[in-house]
Amino acid sequence: MSDSTDTGPVLAADGSPLKQSLARALRREKMRALALIAPLLFFVVLTFIIPILSMLFRSVENQIVSDTMPGTVAAIQDWDTGGGEAPDELVFQHLFIDLFNASEAKEHTKLGTRLNYEQTGLSSLFRTSGRRLDDIGETFQDPLEEIDPAFEEADFWYSMMNGEGGEGLLEERRDMWNAQVGGGMDGDVGFVPSQSMIDLLPWTTTAYTDWAIWAAIEDEDVVAEEEPWEAVYGALGIDLRNPETVAAIADYDGPGAEQLQAAVANMDQLPQTSFREAFAEMDEDWLDPEVWDTIAVYSPRFTSGYFLTAVDMKLSAEGVTAQPEDRQLYIKLFNRTLFMSLVITGSCILLGYPVAWLLANLPLRTANVLMILVLLPFWTSLLVRTSAWKVLLQQQGVINEILVWLGFVDDANRLILMNNQTGTIIAMTHILLPFMILPLYSVMKTIDPSYLRAAKSLGATNIVAFWRVYFPQSVPGIGAGSILVFILSIGYYITPEIVGGTDGVFISNRIAYHISSSLNWGLAAALGSILLVVVLVLYWLYDRIVGIDNVKLGG
Amino acid sequence: MADGASNDAFVEFERVQKSYDGETLVVKDLNLSMPRGEFLTMLGPSGSGKTTCLMMLAGFETATHGDIRLGGKSINDIPPHKRGIGMVFQNYALFPHMTIAENLSFPLEVRGMSKSEREGKIKRALDMVEMGDFGGRRPAQLSGGQQQRVALARALVFEPELVLMDEPLGALDKQLREKMQFEITHLAHNLGITTVYVTHDQTEALTMSDRVAVFDDGRIQQLASPDTLYESPENSFVAQFIGENNTLEGTIKELKGETCIVELDDGEIIDAKPVNVDKVGDRTLVSIRPERVEIDGSRLQEGAHTLDAEVLEFIYMGDIFRTRLRVAGKDDFIIKTRNAPDQQRLQPGQKIKIGWLAEDCRALDA
Ligand SMILES: Nc1ncnc2c1ncn2[C@@H]1O[C@H](COP(=O)(O)OP(=O)(O)OP(=O)(O)O)[C@@H](O)[C@H]1O
Ligand SMILES: [Mg+2]
Repeated sequence: MSDSTDTGPVLAADGSPLKQSLARALRREKMRALALIAPLLFFVVLTFIIPILSMLFRSVENQIVSDTMPGTVAAIQDWDTGGGEAPDELVFQHLFIDLFNASEAKEHTKLGTRLNYEQTGLSSLFRTSGRRLDDIGETFQDPLEEIDPAFEEADFWYSMMNGEGGEGLLEERRDMWNAQVGGGMDGDVGFVPSQSMIDLLPWTTTAYTDWAIWAAIEDEDVVAEEEPWEAVYGALGIDLRNPETVAAIADYDGPGAEQLQAAVANMDQLPQTSFREAFAEMDEDWLDPEVWDTIAVYSPRFTSGYFLTAVDMKLSAEGVTAQPEDRQLYIKLFNRTLFMSLVITGSCILLGYPVAWLLANLPLRTANVLMILVLLPFWTSLLVRTSAWKVLLQQQGVINEILVWLGFVDDANRLILMNNQTGTIIAMTHILLPFMILPLYSVMKTIDPSYLRAAKSLGATNIVAFWRVYFPQSVPGIGAGSILVFILSIGYYITPEIVGGTDGVFISNRIAYHISSSLNWGLAAALGSILLVVVLVLYWLYDRIVGIDNVKLGG
Repeated sequence: MADGASNDAFVEFERVQKSYDGETLVVKDLNLSMPRGEFLTMLGPSGSGKTTCLMMLAGFETATHGDIRLGGKSINDIPPHKRGIGMVFQNYALFPHMTIAENLSFPLEVRGMSKSEREGKIKRALDMVEMGDFGGRRPAQLSGGQQQRVALARALVFEPELVLMDEPLGALDKQLREKMQFEITHLAHNLGITTVYVTHDQTEALTMSDRVAVFDDGRIQQLASPDTLYESPENSFVAQFIGENNTLEGTIKELKGETCIVELDDGEIIDAKPVNVDKVGDRTLVSIRPERVEIDGSRLQEGAHTLDAEVLEFIYMGDIFRTRLRVAGKDDFIIKTRNAPDQQRLQPGQKIKIGWLAEDCRALDA
């Protein structure tokens, strides 16, 4: 607000402008209040805000692909996605190195599981291939050792690779490991790749560096005393296929020059098949362009894939497309969850309103007994209550038995009250009823009975007095109860799980499935986020239509 | 004073009893008859059954026994909404979810009145209580006094012949209360409405009413006009309840027609007027208003008895002086004297003689 006086700012007793000293006083008060709620704030942040943020993050996070296969992901960028052809040799060479590292670190199965959410079969592809990469390496290692036994020796490798100037590469590969295994790869390696080797044999040096870091830090070995793993021989094979490298080796005279030149001279003893063919031999799915489409589409660090899956769409090489008919599931579940929550809220209002009215209007002693009956369910375990409904609702259960005994239904046509939507609605209405009754009751309690008397004295019949005077004043209670019941039921899990069968389950049951069985947390998080947004949107709509200050939980 | 069942009575209670729990009678044998247009106040201490009577009349409680008649017809079996009685509640009971205009419109709507007709009546009723500009507001946006007026307007808007008000001014401050007292009586008389008004404020009862029914213990102790009630209370409860009073206990010594002689418990003798004492030797409570006590012996009748008194406290109250005396062994005898130029100002410790006219000192039941 603007200062309307034109005589200058009002001064406080100490001469400072009044506004300033007011602001100061208010700030102090605010700080004190803040200090008072600090523990609560901390608790809320820790248990509410952080989990929600982490859920939102998880629903788009997709770093595992590029962390596990950094080289492959980089190489695949140039490949023609959706072109119907598997990528060329270079991608497979990177795949060899990346997958070899990953399988040493046992990370390749996790990657396989992740990609399997998008295309079934990828999990086993990665698992079996990972196990057999050693063989590919050995097809190079054996002939090389044949050509010169020095290739078997630790010193030979160390004296050739170790040098100076390669700190950049060392740190780069250390970062790669850290990203892959989630950190812990820091420390002294006892090895620095030599710059001349990086120039001469880039693949081999990189592979050796990868091994050196792993050997020194994870296996706690001395790099100079160990023979490198098979990938290094494979990498040397890759280097030797490059004619420029071959030419450079001829001029090379540093450590290991003799052996390298011998290897060049005996190239015909090395395997001649490409890595592409080698992979195809392991599993021909590696030549399936769809596999590569999936890898390429899910290679970015963040993905909308989980959210698309959650709304029955998918990310493919052609862009966003609908899931095949038989895999469409989530929209239906969302609709069902919303619809059934509405029905449950409605039946809670119908059943809860009269009870709350009685509670608010009976003499104190009777009201107390009734209140205990209302609260009784709270004192019993949810699981027990739901299971009790199972006993009641079964086809051979109490309700059916009584109906048959009374002759209302035929013995052969017993009602199916369970393992369908009816079961979920009945049981959840019962379980959530107190959440409707209590806010209603506390609002009704504040409605003075003299309003009804006044209405009648003014000439209204009982019904008119109720409908025009009592009911409108109880609406805030209905609002509060409905929000509570609706939001609780939209995320309900145990009851639909037990009495819902397949027809009566909610979206939350699917979320639980992805969290505990399929372990697809990203999808679970996306479904959860959508649920959160739906609730917020409904809340907003409610605020627009009814007004949130029309919600009362008590006087 | 109207008696039991005169023919032009508008509201009648005949031998009405009420019990909530089947054990105690909250209203015991209530007989009351009001002519059309009267402003009658029920006055009595808390729990004396005033609200209960009102609720029986309005139809929210049923009489356990007896007959309540409105315009000559028994209304025991008529439900509240058909009685056509306007009512103002202690907490006003304005419907909080409706505007002022909607509140006033409510009784007209349930009577099926057309919109234009309603608007005219609402406007007139609001203007009548000078609230014409507030039709669009909600009750919560009004001050207590404004709410009170609206409640009054709502009770009157459908033109009932009988209006009941249960302590309608209880929540207001003194000044506003006095203003509203005046306005309510004014309105009631102008519109010729029969009014039953409940209060436990005796000043309110005395200033507003045509007649006051003093309630105690479920019975009407006295039903009379304010001046009769004040000056001629019929029993010691009424005497003590209405206005300030000095009481002295004693025994009837001599009864001779319009006057009697009472011997106080400490042996002193005073003159009094017998009201409900029958014979010599009866225990009695004599009652004398503070402003009727004389401290100037020359103003008393020839041969009148006087009492010794000692001044304990003198309080200057502006228009009057209020003096506390020790009389006949009691420390709470009060006298009030007018602040006139010739008026004597008593000093604490001073010994004086007090007396009164025999007809001002009423010998009542003990
Ligand atoms: N609903 C009820 N159930 C049982 N007893 C009641 C009920 N209402 C009133 N009473 C009792 O009846 C007696 C008279 O009550 P009533 O409300 O008529 O008093 P009142 O004269 O209006 O008092 P106040 O000046 O305090 O309003 C009281 O003793 C009260 O306890
Ligand atoms: Mg009362």
